[in-house]
Amino acid sequence: MDVLLDNLDLYGPGFLNTVELFLISAVGSLVLGTILAMLRVAPVPVFRFAGAAYVTIVRNTPLTLVFFFFAFAFPLLGIVDAGTFGGSASSYYWAAALAALILYTAAFVCEVIRSGINTVPVGQAEASRALGLTFGQMLGSIVLPQATRAVVPPMMSTLIALLKNTTIAAGFSVFQAGSISLNLSERGENQLIGLLWVALFFVVLVIPMTLLQRSLEKRWSVAR
Amino acid sequence: MSSVLFDVPGPRARMRHRAYAVIGIAALVAAVGFVVLRFAESGQFEGSKWDWLQYEKVQLDLLSALGNTLKAFAAGAVLALLFGAVFAAGQLSDHAVFRVPSMAVVEFFRAVPLVVLIFVFHYGVSLGAPFYSVVLGLTLYNGSVLAEVFRAGVLSLPRGQSEAAYALGMRKTQVMNLVLLPQAVRAMLPAIISQLVVLLKDTALGFLITYEELLYYARYLGSIFEFGRPLVPVTIVVAAVYIVMCLLLTWLAKTLEKRNRRSKKVIEAKTPQAAEDVVAASV
Repeated sequence: MDVLLDNLDLYGPGFLNTVELFLISAVGSLVLGTILAMLRVAPVPVFRFAGAAYVTIVRNTPLTLVFFFFAFAFPLLGIVDAGTFGGSASSYYWAAALAALILYTAAFVCEVIRSGINTVPVGQAEASRALGLTFGQMLGSIVLPQATRAVVPPMMSTLIALLKNTTIAAGFSVFQAGSISLNLSERGENQLIGLLWVALFFVVLVIPMTLLQRSLEKRWSVAR
Repeated sequence: MSSVLFDVPGPRARMRHRAYAVIGIAALVAAVGFVVLRFAESGQFEGSKWDWLQYEKVQLDLLSALGNTLKAFAAGAVLALLFGAVFAAGQLSDHAVFRVPSMAVVEFFRAVPLVVLIFVFHYGVSLGAPFYSVVLGLTLYNGSVLAEVFRAGVLSLPRGQSEAAYALGMRKTQVMNLVLLPQAVRAMLPAIISQLVVLLKDTALGFLITYEELLYYARYLGSIFEFGRPLVPVTIVVAAVYIVMCLLLTWLAKTLEKRNRRSKKVIEAKTPQAAEDVVAASV
């Protein structure tokens, strides 16, 4: 307990940064992932190819390597000025971590959405078209409501994974929950206890999300 | 082609799609072209940045780094499968003494980020060589996910399977080992291998605690001044190696799945969705 209370100035900002990193990259990857999913189900082959290529490449690359690229290799390409991110090194690493998390998670979000759309039987859409529904009506009142049911539980899993993945940023100079223990050791505190508090923090955050996911799964799997 | 969202296109739609295709190709070429241009302008394609590939010492070191990655993967995979089997059995036990602790252990290790686990073993408990911390972390995390996969696999089998086995007079262990597990493992093979892909990718976390695997060596190689600090080329090569390894594993999963589907002996899992969820949970 002492380790937690004596170092609240580390834990408070650390956990806050984790949550902030999580929320921003969750929104970003949901947006990008939806766009990718749209590409992957588009009727035009080029779009499908582009989406599939992105997903295949990113899904099979370790997230650590994506972080590695944005933290160390990307600045060498000179695409953006380091000054764009407030100039300081820590703000650059923050942006790099966000980019890595968003680009990586988007590939998984895309797959979840795509598999969700695929769970809707083709006959449903064909029937709605036969009834004369427009594309928007078909999507809004037939396909998406059914797809959402299938999508929400695995999407929760993806977001839980994202929350846990934010800790990898600890290895790339971003201060958040994962890096608390490294800072604790500089103060000569017991790292084991410090880390157990961090672990507990994630258990407290993740287990309710898992429970919610399970109950949603049970409640919504009845329909079909 | 009739997908859920789009009908088979008529003549006008085909024209429109052709126009979209042209725009799409243009956008794709522009995006790839921009990246290539940036790489070229910042000198990443210069011969001097790729010279390191020709040195035998570098090649050997790269191979030994790859060997370290594979070593962590192999040890982690075997132990995780064992851990998963034991705790799946525990979770399915009729005795609360085994069931409740197993569930708690699995939930706990699934909830804690792998990085934090590895840090606990490396900095918290000081296990010594980073290899042990990496393998132990990989085992506990992926083992817990695999336990869920096994459990979902056994539960997805039709009830009649175990009922018939009990009716034949088998004991619970026999029912599990002779009837349920062989079927569950075959049905869950794709999910299990997907989890092994995750495990393979997660070995890269060893980089953070200075385990001398592929990424760690890439960092070192990329900083060597004599080669012109070839960080970008090295990253490209290492990424390609990881992607190829993971695709090989994925290909194996797909081949096995196809073979399973052909054979009539495999019982369709009642909820294939459940398996997918478990996999998605393990990004």
